Amino acid sequence: MALQDQTLPLPGIVPDRTGSDRTDHLLVASMVESGSRVLDVGCGDGELLQLLESRGIDGRGIELSREGVNRCVAKGLAVVQGDADTDLVNYPDDAFDYVILSQTLQATRQPRMVLENLLRIGRRAIVSFPNFGFWKMRLQLLIGGHMPRTENLPATWYDTANIHFCTIKDFVELCDEINVKMERSVALDLYGRPVPLNLPWWVWNMFGEQGVFLLSRGAGK
Amino acid sequence: MVDVASITSPIPSPILGSTGISADERSHEADHPHSLVAQFGADQPLRLDCGVDLAPFQIAYQTYGTLNADRSNAILICHALTGDQHVFNVHPLTGKAGWWEIMIGPGRPIDTDKYFIICSNVIGGCMGSTGPASTNPATGKLWGLDFPVITIPDMVRAQAMLLDRLGIDTLLCVIGGSMGGMQVLQWTAAYPQRVFSAMPVACATRHSAQNIAFHELGRQAVMADPDWHHGRYFERSTQPHRGLAVARMAGHITYLSDAALHRKFGRRMQDRDLPTFSFDADFQVESYLRYQGSSFVERFDANSYLYLTRAMDYFDIAADHQGVLAKAFAGIKTRFCVVSFTSDWLFPTSESRALVHALNASSARVSFAEIETDRGHDAFLLDVPEFFDISRAFLESAGKARGLTSGA
Repeated sequence: MALQDQTLPLPGIVPDRTGSDRTDHLLVASMVESGSRVLDVGCGDGELLQLLESRGIDGRGIELSREGVNRCVAKGLAVVQGDADTDLVNYPDDAFDYVILSQTLQATRQPRMVLENLLRIGRRAIVSFPNFGFWKMRLQLLIGGHMPRTENLPATWYDTANIHFCTIKDFVELCDEINVKMERSVALDLYGRPVPLNLPWWVWNMFGEQGVFLLSRGAGK
Repeated sequence: MVDVASITSPIPSPILGSTGISADERSHEADHPHSLVAQFGADQPLRLDCGVDLAPFQIAYQTYGTLNADRSNAILICHALTGDQHVFNVHPLTGKAGWWEIMIGPGRPIDTDKYFIICSNVIGGCMGSTGPASTNPATGKLWGLDFPVITIPDMVRAQAMLLDRLGIDTLLCVIGGSMGGMQVLQWTAAYPQRVFSAMPVACATRHSAQNIAFHELGRQAVMADPDWHHGRYFERSTQPHRGLAVARMAGHITYLSDAALHRKFGRRMQDRDLPTFSFDADFQVESYLRYQGSSFVERFDANSYLYLTRAMDYFDIAADHQGVLAKAFAGIKTRFCVVSFTSDWLFPTSESRALVHALNASSARVSFAEIETDRGHDAFLLDVPEFFDISRAFLESAGKARGLTSGA
């Protein structure tokens, strides 16, 4: 398993003066080298993009909802209305240094194709997603007999936009399958703290509430 | 045929108070406009797409605000089909407020305290830039249909010459809606280094077949009017009032939407409770359209309408770049903010989306907002707060990126 033999330096997560309190955003931002060009796919109301721009990063965004796009544009951000499943194909190869997919993978119709496009458009990709292998999720299904719902994923099964859930383990397997290299992998627990790295990967899959991965093209790509 | 003389208007009286513009006044405005004028002599011809070198010629323009020391705060506003350079001052013919005063002024999105704003009448227009209503210096007579056919790139080439004259190398932003948006796109395709940011609004990279069809309808209405006299109406002290009014009426419908017409007029009657069983303007919507037609005729030259609609019809940026739109914007550094409106069926959002896809393919820095409104194509001229917020933020962010300090 790819995660076991990796050396994983803890990212320097420092509170930012923009006041962002989302650890996953700070973590993602810490993975981006300054001065680079970034595309944020599914950028919501632009919180992460603002954080990146405050660090001198040239950020662009795609967002599905019109309200989200207009809020971003009204903040002066370069965001367009678009769908990760259908619109990424319009971007040329190597257009960005990083393409970010933050908490959006599970809402795409074709996660595998989206992932492949991320690493075609960007030299690197940063992907974060809720881990369905998280112990609370497992418990809800095992004991409660319900489809899991959490604070971060409050929607019921019949009205959720999240249609392709996966576990950290599933995601790692997909990356192996499509020859994507994991440069950095971090699991965040329920409180947004990184799960200690000396623990085995199955602990991550159990206690990581979400996974954040810095990816690049594997050998031969 | 519409009898434009017998119009009763639902519009409140201040606007009606602007009637009574004579053909002489309009004709005088074409050669000696109430605005700034840049003259270009025989040594500085305007090279037109049709192969003609137009010289001498003049560009009528207005400026607002103050150009800063390093000449970095200039914004060019490109007007639409029936607009002109009087974007932020009382119109010399109609007496009405400038056509975009809702957007421009101190504290407004296009802030006259921060930016130096230029708006010029397009070449082919009738408000002081050389066009069919101007005097041909070679003959001493008005150009009429002897004026060469002009294109959107010709308009932009003339604007670039004006900016050279004003000593402005790079614009902070080029902004325009509809035909103005086409000019914005042409600016970015032809002079990308001179455009720091661009805001094409409610427009397209090419005129659609449906839009060409509507323009042809308007042109045929003008040319079918016996008073048109093959474009020499001015020699007979007349003009194709009725034809141009019908053209404007048809055009005006395309600028609105079913929902907007319904909200504004519904099936309400005009100054009557029962139908007259005649072809009078029984309905408010008829009365409104007739008013739009007649008031337009007073301020606009019929031949100019033919030329400008033609220029829009010919517009197709991709065709000028081997049929590939993205090639028009290859490697462009300009920051874009593309805006469309949900109820605009003349330049629907799909057109703006195609533009955005091409800009993405060129890795351009682009924002794209579709604004929800039922007011149709004309929404870009109306009070749509979300549009103002977006415009303000885009200009501020462009100014910041260009190192503009507030207050310029």
